[in-house]
Amino acid sequence: MSAPGVNASGLATSGEGPLLQVRDLTVEFRGQTGRVAAVNGVSFDVRPGETLALVGESGSGKSVTSLAIMRLIGKAGGTRIGGQILLRRRNGATVDLLAASDPEIREIRGTEIAMVFQEPMTSLNPVHTIGAQVAEGIVFHRRISRRAALAEAVELLDLVGIPEPRRRIDSFPHQLSGGMRQRAMIAVALACKPGLLIADEPTTALDVTIQAQILELMQRLQRQTGMSIVFITHNLGVVAEVADRVLVMYAGRIVEQAPVVPLFGQPLMPYTQGLLRSVPRLDMAGGVHEELHAIPGNVPDPTAMPPGCAFHPRCAHFQPTVCDGAVPALEAADPDHSVRCARWREVSRRVPASQPVPA
Amino acid sequence: MSGFLLRRLAQSIVLLWIVSMIGFALLHLTPGGPLSQFTNTPGMTDEDLQRLTAQMGLDRPLPVQYLEWFGRLLTGDWGRSYRDDTPVLLVIGSRLGATLQLMVTATLIAVLVGGFIGVVGAVRRYSFFDQLVTVGAMIALSIPTFWFGLMVIYVFSVKLGWLPPGNISPVGNESLIVFLHHLIGPSMVLGLVTTAIWSRFMRSSMLDVINQDYVRTARAKGVSERIVLVRHVLRNALLPMITIAGLEVPTLLSGALVTETVFTWPGMGRLFLDSIGYRDYPVVMGLLTFTAILVIIGNLLADVLYVVADPRIRLQ
Amino acid sequence: MTADTAIAAHGGQTLRRSTRYRTLRRFTRHRLAMFGLVVILLLVLACAVGPSLVPFDQFQLNMRARFREPFAGAHLLGTDELGRDMLARLLMAGRISLTIGFCAMVIAVTVGTVVGTVAGFYGGAIGTVLMRFVDAVLCFPTIFLLLTLAALVSPGIVTITLIIALTAWMEVARVVQGQIRALRERDFAVAAEAMGAPDRWIMFKELLPNAVAPIVVAATLIIARAILLESYVSYLGYGIQPPVASWGNMLEKAQQYLTTAPWLALLPGLMITLAVSSFNFLGDGLRDALDPRSELS
Repeated sequence: MSAPGVNASGLATSGEGPLLQVRDLTVEFRGQTGRVAAVNGVSFDVRPGETLALVGESGSGKSVTSLAIMRLIGKAGGTRIGGQILLRRRNGATVDLLAASDPEIREIRGTEIAMVFQEPMTSLNPVHTIGAQVAEGIVFHRRISRRAALAEAVELLDLVGIPEPRRRIDSFPHQLSGGMRQRAMIAVALACKPGLLIADEPTTALDVTIQAQILELMQRLQRQTGMSIVFITHNLGVVAEVADRVLVMYAGRIVEQAPVVPLFGQPLMPYTQGLLRSVPRLDMAGGVHEELHAIPGNVPDPTAMPPGCAFHPRCAHFQPTVCDGAVPALEAADPDHSVRCARWREVSRRVPASQPVPA
Repeated sequence: MSGFLLRRLAQSIVLLWIVSMIGFALLHLTPGGPLSQFTNTPGMTDEDLQRLTAQMGLDRPLPVQYLEWFGRLLTGDWGRSYRDDTPVLLVIGSRLGATLQLMVTATLIAVLVGGFIGVVGAVRRYSFFDQLVTVGAMIALSIPTFWFGLMVIYVFSVKLGWLPPGNISPVGNESLIVFLHHLIGPSMVLGLVTTAIWSRFMRSSMLDVINQDYVRTARAKGVSERIVLVRHVLRNALLPMITIAGLEVPTLLSGALVTETVFTWPGMGRLFLDSIGYRDYPVVMGLLTFTAILVIIGNLLADVLYVVADPRIRLQ
Repeated sequence: MTADTAIAAHGGQTLRRSTRYRTLRRFTRHRLAMFGLVVILLLVLACAVGPSLVPFDQFQLNMRARFREPFAGAHLLGTDELGRDMLARLLMAGRISLTIGFCAMVIAVTVGTVVGTVAGFYGGAIGTVLMRFVDAVLCFPTIFLLLTLAALVSPGIVTITLIIALTAWMEVARVVQGQIRALRERDFAVAAEAMGAPDRWIMFKELLPNAVAPIVVAATLIIARAILLESYVSYLGYGIQPPVASWGNMLEKAQQYLTTAPWLALLPGLMITLAVSSFNFLGDGLRDALDPRSELS
């Protein structure tokens, strides 16, 4: 998409500092055997106009993080959310989303932060027309007539590339294909022109050709609106395609954070290295056929987290006491490249620094 | 859409056919069979009876008799009442209105009160209110309707004097207010069971919807919680309730019979009980078949409404 | 049997035992179900031995002690319009009502299970015909059907029990049919069939035991329904005939004395509500306990 700090369109990058600051976010659910931290001390920034990819396997806490930003995690059942999520609002004020009142959150949802969900099949209400669902947020937030909102809905459907938008606003979700539904879902999210779009695996449920179209659409929309995108995915191919910066999560913690080029070029954390090796690379020079590796083992059970580095049971570089003692800190290897690994210096030396870099 | 409805219509016709066969079989089980009205007539000799048997075609094979009977059923000739020789369908028709009044009011109560209880119970799941109404609904389902009627009469008519103890309206005063005043007690009684059933189904239907992805989408739009609940949760949770409403028709009819008895309400239930008392078998059998047809019609109506309400089926 | 399969079988046994244990624990923790069970046991005990402890006979008339109020004097729960002791009558009526409820349940469950098993096992034409018949019977409002049948027979305990069972078996048939149809495709049924086991054997020895849980739940709820239905027909005058008392027919006369002797209506109704809700609570608790999915919610 664009190199960090240099936005392709030049929009919205006013150099004012981050749009969203997540500080020490912790989300704990109450399980049968006690509290389980799904997200544990996560901190990161989202800068204006950038695309930040949140990468990890299922259970890494990436979706919970996104739902926490939207304040869509119910407080029932003993769920505890700690830390701060600071949003710089359009009016210039900074607000902690975790401490904001419900009315203020509702004001922010849709208009400043919007979300696209994974399943276009189930994320649209089957009994309302596409037009009504796109217009709903507009009517509510802007207090304009339904008719005017529907007119805007037609434009939005056109914007997201749905053919015959004037006819399609009267369609119901089941009358659209999966890709068209996801386009409609994006139109719903963009209805009130949010500054931040959170996309939770928006292409996972779609087939490959459609995936590419949706990614292209999101990139185009970002160029047109200058919004920031938090892109949640487990697919590193998608990350290489869209991200400016990447945040790798494992077992509820950030384990590596870097701009996309250094992360793909010189991954420091063994987990990231494993993830990269497990992805088929279309861009590998000279048709070199590198072997695909799957990371052995499974994501740890959140109720029985291994001591020390949570990845150590699956790690090829595991060393007793160094790795299973204390939880390693997130260290800055470079000003904008941090890693959570007790042995990153030794580990990184073994990896050739000249890995192919995404185009 | 038409495929779904046509299939349901075909099923209903099959049901109607089996129902008519059961009705025919029961008619032949009555003491004296279809001839019973004559067996007790004074001065009727065995020879007369035999002549009548031949005259009415009762000596022919049963399938032939059934077909003829079914044909008459379709053309509206349901026989005549033993009591006053009026056509059975006319007798039933004169009482249908009173029963429908009760059923409609009871359903309204169930939809409003039961629906509200179910919605609140689902939204505040496991709260004190939820647990209380869950137990309350179970007890309501265990109370004999007629006894609840007696208790309502005792409390509201005998002790408090707020409600008339029964009947549709006093002779000579048939204003709407008086009628509505008389309607309160019996609809309350008939509505108890349906309200309990409705609240339980409403609750579980709401719980099925409340965690759907599209509800989360609605919340993510930042609309008010009331819009989320009404436009997204409730709107979808009501769909299966249409089917439930259709399935409630037999319960309502049974309840109406008992309620009408307690409150001397001149509906089909009272007519049925009176007819049994007089051994007026044409009316008894007519009512039995008629109520079954009402049940089938109720289910069909529910299917039609469902198709109207659910675009997924409507626009298939 | 090889050592391996023996161990596997043993493992299966303990597994089954621990599931059973969990089911039992879910059940005993279900407060309303336990309440229902205790009340039912107390009611059965009271109706069984109670009448011999009460110093009055249920049929003993006493014209000088009519309409005695409860909790005042020798008659603990008062007397009725003929001076009969209410407590003695309530307990004897309970014997009748509970017996009818239980027997009707046994008959309904037997008929429903047989019809449901046959319909579910054979499917096809037989299954369709049977289940359409079930659907058709369900079209008749229960009380209308019940009263029609009651009007055709001479009322008595046996006939009332039979006709109540006749109006209650359909739901069991539906439940069993669904279960059997699902189970039939499973490996063990296919294996038994491949070994040439006779249909009857597969139906009742292989398949049916796996459908016991929903049958037990339905049976409990049918007892509740049957007690309720008995009270309806008896109240309407076509059930148990006086002087034999049932909770329902005790209420038949009570309506006319509502203003002067409300306890005549209050007490039997309370007994019915208590008994029926206890069985309903029990059935609900059993359903929750026997349904493994309930552990998740």
